[in-house]
Amino acid sequence: MTAQLEFDPIRLPPECEALRREVRAFLAEEIAAGTFDPDRPMHGDMHNTEFSKRVGAKGWIGLTWPKKYGGHERTFLERYVVTEEFRIANAPVRQYFVADRQSGPILLKYAPEHIKMDILPRICRGEVCFVIGMSEPNSGSDLFAAKTKATKADGGWRINGNKIWTSNAHIADYMIGLFRTSPSTKENRRHGLTQFLVDLKTDGITINPIYQMTGQHDFNEVVFDNVFIPDDCVLGEIDGAWKQATSELAYERSGPERFLETFYVLTALIRALGSEPDLRSAEGLGRLVAQAHALRRMSVSVAGMLQAGKEPVVEGSLVKDLGTIWEQKLPARVRELAAFLEPDVGNRATLDEQLAFAMTIAPKLTIQGGTTEVLRGIIARGLGLR
Amino acid sequence: MTENVSIVAESATRIFADLADPQTINRAKDAAWKAPLWQALTDAGLTLAWVPEALGGSDAGLAEGFEVIDVAGRFAASVPLVETLLAGWLLSQGGIASPGGPMTIAPGRPSDTIGLNASGKLSGRARGIPFAQDCEHIAVLASGAEGASIALVETKNCRVTPGANPAGDASNEVLFADTPAVEWRPASAGFDRTAMLLMGGVARSVQTAGALGAVLRMSVAYANDRVAFERPIAKFQAIQHSLAQLAGEVAAAVAASGSAADAIAHMQSFDDQIFLEAASAKIRSAEAAEKGAAIAHQVHGAIGFTNEHILHRFTLRMLAWRDDFGNESHWAVELGRKVAAGGADAFWPLLASR
Repeated sequence: MTAQLEFDPIRLPPECEALRREVRAFLAEEIAAGTFDPDRPMHGDMHNTEFSKRVGAKGWIGLTWPKKYGGHERTFLERYVVTEEFRIANAPVRQYFVADRQSGPILLKYAPEHIKMDILPRICRGEVCFVIGMSEPNSGSDLFAAKTKATKADGGWRINGNKIWTSNAHIADYMIGLFRTSPSTKENRRHGLTQFLVDLKTDGITINPIYQMTGQHDFNEVVFDNVFIPDDCVLGEIDGAWKQATSELAYERSGPERFLETFYVLTALIRALGSEPDLRSAEGLGRLVAQAHALRRMSVSVAGMLQAGKEPVVEGSLVKDLGTIWEQKLPARVRELAAFLEPDVGNRATLDEQLAFAMTIAPKLTIQGGTTEVLRGIIARGLGLR
Repeated sequence: MTENVSIVAESATRIFADLADPQTINRAKDAAWKAPLWQALTDAGLTLAWVPEALGGSDAGLAEGFEVIDVAGRFAASVPLVETLLAGWLLSQGGIASPGGPMTIAPGRPSDTIGLNASGKLSGRARGIPFAQDCEHIAVLASGAEGASIALVETKNCRVTPGANPAGDASNEVLFADTPAVEWRPASAGFDRTAMLLMGGVARSVQTAGALGAVLRMSVAYANDRVAFERPIAKFQAIQHSLAQLAGEVAAAVAASGSAADAIAHMQSFDDQIFLEAASAKIRSAEAAEKGAAIAHQVHGAIGFTNEHILHRFTLRMLAWRDDFGNESHWAVELGRKVAAGGADAFWPLLASR
């Protein structure tokens, strides 16, 4: 590949702005009704089934999917707008976010018709929660070292082994899991893994909580003890899961959630600084604004290229690499810029509380969904270095 | 910037590749290559791409002009092409026809002001004016009793102090002391020094993104060629990750500058959204120049620090361009103040406005 990076200057079309107004009005109503507090993402449950159902009723889950599966056949740029507005508001999207972003699209592509007809409309209604079953105790970034085994049985497969760091498994209905159906080969160490749809209520599955350093509980260990999965739950090619991930990765890695996770501290800083910041604060703030703007332009550009049918895998990885490092450092920068604020300035207490929380979650941002090191490897391959 | 490059950009690429190949220029003993290059750029209508035909230009459109600037950045050629484009654009804002030949534009620093009196005489000092000593004319945005005015000045009527930027391109202090304007007109309503500096800033951002793209290609090629410890250094993860970070800086500069250029090409007026786009492009591309130059030099090792190697043609220029039309600190302060004045609740709507 040539080292030519493309970031077309994509503009959101008018239908996106109409949708944005609708989304903002909906979120304002939910905030007014006390469903969640946009200034306090550290409080309240990010998992809210009733809220999810109301989002589904608005038609904002499965936005781009075919109507026959409950979707709305709208564009990826419209989905982009919905995603960024929900993220900025710190709305509780945990119930459906993974299903909407990646599990649903996988089912659309690889599941048999009766499963699509059964599950996709329920995702769109905000009723079901999906998790990603990839990491294992000895296989995190090194995905292709996965050992949890699927052995052929009569009419299906038997699963034995463990998945780990499985966010939300304790509240979820389904997993899309990656299991070993054959050993890897000398020629291709990525060979031998297959994607399966797993109903987490199936006998033989045990879900054990793993508490995080923040005191929160997202992570779980999922233990499979001779769990039966029927044949029609195989997603795509047996032994060939590695072929199925390219363009999906660009979606997963280039979205607004890859640089907006700690954004609330920047908004709170602006509130705390007031309308006439000193020179130091103004420069620091201006740089952060410019960096945020550049990231958003990159991210919107990738969304536009995906909508146009391109496969900007390297560009998508660049968004996540730059975006997650930026959102990780953001609380530290904001803390520096807030250092000389008067202690009793309006929202100082909220800012301090937000900073404390953002600082504790910061380390995970460059780990989840593809570590910095993995991303840089992908970028290097795209540049023609490996 | 995009794969759908215009005929104008293709023509610019051809001319630069034929007449301003960086390797050839770097070996040249004198500046004899500049005249044929300038002639070819002029003949192709590229130097006055932003000037309407009625005012002596080729009226190629703002978007096409930015593509030419991108190409100029990719070749990092030391001729006042971008400055002439900007000067022609500024003169057109006042309905003043562009003379032939290379031009530059003043002021180039936010702290400098040039006054214009009722009889068309200019006074003031403009620092860091690119290529002033090489240009016959200077397009000036001056302030008079009736507000902003645009004036065309002959360089020979100014006092130009010889000087150069770190890349060796002329960068001069220009003193206007009762200097007569050839022609002057009031600027249109709403056009001010901020708008002019932002336009120059976006031009420099696009140029920087072009240069960064060239630096990335050069660095990847070098890492694949250079063998150390018995293998190409591209095979070392440390080098791979450094170059991935360089690619990130290139990406940020390309996205921010491309978006700003597109925004300006389609704008109605210099409003807050254009300010955000343009100031962010200048800030982010300058940051990318700093980080990108450091990585590219580290990957190239000692050879990249020699005069013989062409890397410095790109890295020193993009570092020097940071200072033109307001450096990143200046625009960060302005942008920070604007966002603070707008208030916290208006911030996200501004960022998400397009």
